[in-house]
Amino acid sequence: MKVLKKLVDNIKPTFSKGGKLGFLHSTFDAFETFLFVPDHVTKKGVHVRDSIDLKRTMTIVILALMPALLFGMYNTGYQHNLATGGDMTFWEMFFFGFIKVLPLIIVSYVVGLGIEFIAAQIRGHEVNEGYLVTGMLIPLIMPVDVPLWILALSVIFAVIVGKEVFGGTGMNIWNPALLSRAFVFFAYPSQISGDKIWIEGLSKGEGIVDGFSGATPLAHAAAGEFDKIPSFMDMFIGFIPGSIGETSTLAILIGAVMLLWTGIASWKIMLSTFAGGILTGLLLNALAPEGTYMAMPAINHIVMGGFAFGAVFMATDPVTGAQTERGKWIYGFLIGVMAVIIRVFNAGYPEGMMLAILLLNTFAPFIDHFVVQSNIKRRLRRAAINK
Amino acid sequence: MSNKILLRKGLNIPLKGSAVNQIARSISPDILAVKPTDFKGLNPKLLIKEGDAVKAGTPILADKKHPEILICSPASGIVKEIVRGEKRKLLQILIQADKKQEYAHSNAHELCKNGTAQELKEALLSSGLWAMIKQRPYGTVADPAKEPKAIFISGFDSAPLAADMDYAMKSEFDNMQMGVNILTKLSKGGVHIGLHADTFAGSPMHRLEKAKIHVFDGPHPAGNVGVQIHHISPINKGETVWTLDLYTLAAIGKLFNKGVFDLRRVIAVAGPKAKKPSYVETLPGMAIREVADLTDSSNEVRYGDEVGVRYISGNVLTGENVGKDGYTGIFHNVITVMAEGNYREMFGWIKPLRDKKFSISRSYFSWLMPNKQYNLDTNLNGGERAFVVTGVYEKVLPMDILPLYLFKAILAEDIDKMEQLGIYEVIEEDVALCEFVCPSKSDIQDIVSRGINIMIKEMS
Repeated sequence: MKVLKKLVDNIKPTFSKGGKLGFLHSTFDAFETFLFVPDHVTKKGVHVRDSIDLKRTMTIVILALMPALLFGMYNTGYQHNLATGGDMTFWEMFFFGFIKVLPLIIVSYVVGLGIEFIAAQIRGHEVNEGYLVTGMLIPLIMPVDVPLWILALSVIFAVIVGKEVFGGTGMNIWNPALLSRAFVFFAYPSQISGDKIWIEGLSKGEGIVDGFSGATPLAHAAAGEFDKIPSFMDMFIGFIPGSIGETSTLAILIGAVMLLWTGIASWKIMLSTFAGGILTGLLLNALAPEGTYMAMPAINHIVMGGFAFGAVFMATDPVTGAQTERGKWIYGFLIGVMAVIIRVFNAGYPEGMMLAILLLNTFAPFIDHFVVQSNIKRRLRRAAINK
Repeated sequence: MSNKILLRKGLNIPLKGSAVNQIARSISPDILAVKPTDFKGLNPKLLIKEGDAVKAGTPILADKKHPEILICSPASGIVKEIVRGEKRKLLQILIQADKKQEYAHSNAHELCKNGTAQELKEALLSSGLWAMIKQRPYGTVADPAKEPKAIFISGFDSAPLAADMDYAMKSEFDNMQMGVNILTKLSKGGVHIGLHADTFAGSPMHRLEKAKIHVFDGPHPAGNVGVQIHHISPINKGETVWTLDLYTLAAIGKLFNKGVFDLRRVIAVAGPKAKKPSYVETLPGMAIREVADLTDSSNEVRYGDEVGVRYISGNVLTGENVGKDGYTGIFHNVITVMAEGNYREMFGWIKPLRDKKFSISRSYFSWLMPNKQYNLDTNLNGGERAFVVTGVYEKVLPMDILPLYLFKAILAEDIDKMEQLGIYEVIEEDVALCEFVCPSKSDIQDIVSRGINIMIKEMS
């Protein structure tokens, strides 16, 4: 530890302003603060500070993503095994998935962090921790067969257009990870839609078991093939095709518990999103003719597709969500409502969660505006009563 | 007992070294400092020069705008030095005390029974005590031309390691009662005193007659007078209220009881680096070195780096870093001594256990040890960032105010929004906990201070 401190001290002047490599000081700073919590002390205002910082906050979110990631790796192997009719063991399936998913994570981090470092360098700011979470979210919401170059392009789009043009982490309007997904969805529809992309190797078509479709439960539902939707339990545990991290509601809920227990994600948003989805589903059930999408059990909505993943990890993004406590209730509820409505009534997009969250990201400031206005009105009324 | 006002939001920072109820000694300070910077909104003009003899109560500064507002010497002696800073800004006036403590003449005693409001006001102004009465909005020195809606006094200080005011004021009952008698004549709204539910019954303040007692329950900042006003009678646009601390209340009483400007008080010496955390009886403006024997000035090693000691006049949330050779401020009831934090902790942010650090967040494990008291230091514990996390400030601000939106309105210098969102109701100390918990390490008190300055400029 002492040796490392000495080393950092020795090379620091080279990277400081005026040093030979002074232009890299943001990069140096990022690595230094990664190794050591800086020796900065309180200057004005309070003399002591809580020990939480953004690095810690982001670390907890990444930890919360781990169950979904690990299950996603396993499921990648499991689905492949199913599709090819193989007889892989548990560890073979996990390892197969690990090999397939790891490159996606590496590409996401290398490309995304590269841009972050350059942006921080240009601005002369410290490198922000925000991408540590975004960089993990992006691979988890991609189909496993997404070509790496498309992934890289979508990361570039998400980081530059989604974040840096607004001024970096904390300033963006839309969730950058979802923006990357939307980019892929709309820019490369031919490579990235249909039933075959969700399972590794399916699109190449070699050695596939006859009649194996690979369609996600959402695709079945949209097509009206309700008899083909897997059992609730399979969908809850996650043995279904889908984006890497989204399939297991169980794994996602483990992450949710971590986020809620540490208080890092808003329980109001999470709860109201699930409530919005289920209540809308129930309402449709009540109105629906038998045998239609509307009549599908409401509870299925939250275990199908990206609903749970979106509710737990995307809707709760504090930067792009509602920021007032009351606004959070409305914001989350409307996400749940919109997601189900888009799924059921819009045949073009089987998955409504992504669009619902992006839509409500856009309207979050609007919701907050009303909450703030009601606070202002309450204060004014108070003044009138006092007189 | 009047209705209890329960405040659920807030936080008591578990800092080690709270003072035990015991007076270590009585100090007659050798050199005292009068700091014009303690008096917010006051533009000081010198009335004395170096070498002048002064008594306790001799005016040494006046406000340029309201020359009737005076700041007086707390002790008798000689003006030793006038210390100026950048642009010749007056920082402090040092008085070499003669330890005889002679008092300047005041006719206040004759007014204590039948004085009119105008006469009482004039007596307060000429005594120098007026400058210690603050007004809200903004927490500046009270404007003599305005009659306040009401007068508010917090009867307890809930800040970390702050003095136990019940103990500090235990022999001042008669003076405080006189203070209340005088102040009730100056405002139609009366004198309101906030007490804490846990200590209410044993508090000398709860026997005060003519004052309206309000009882609060909950963690810090329940003892902040701004929070109390918000729940008793919030300040709206165009209204003015006065606030003062208990020391000033007792000093007003002494002025009218005995005709003297006597600021002697009991303050705490506390903190993780206080040797025997306890109380001393002294005058405000005392040099920190007078209590050097009560503090541990040795450097310690934290995470492999040697760190020094910080001497704070006041508490860790709102106090001033005055250094070993500094002087206490006039509104502070505690001297806090703690370790500096200029060390580098390897992988601190990722360590699962960091048992020496405290956090309100459950991402650490301090919630497992609710009764543990921490030897905290001044490390920032992270880098400064933009506002990212939401909903944290709300947890420690027991007011119907949207803190994030108020702060953003201030940063945008949007006067209308600041006004609508509650700039009249908060001063720096009320948002100090927001600053403590902020994961982005923003300087919230500084932001509010900027907002207040913008408002003062705009409204003048």
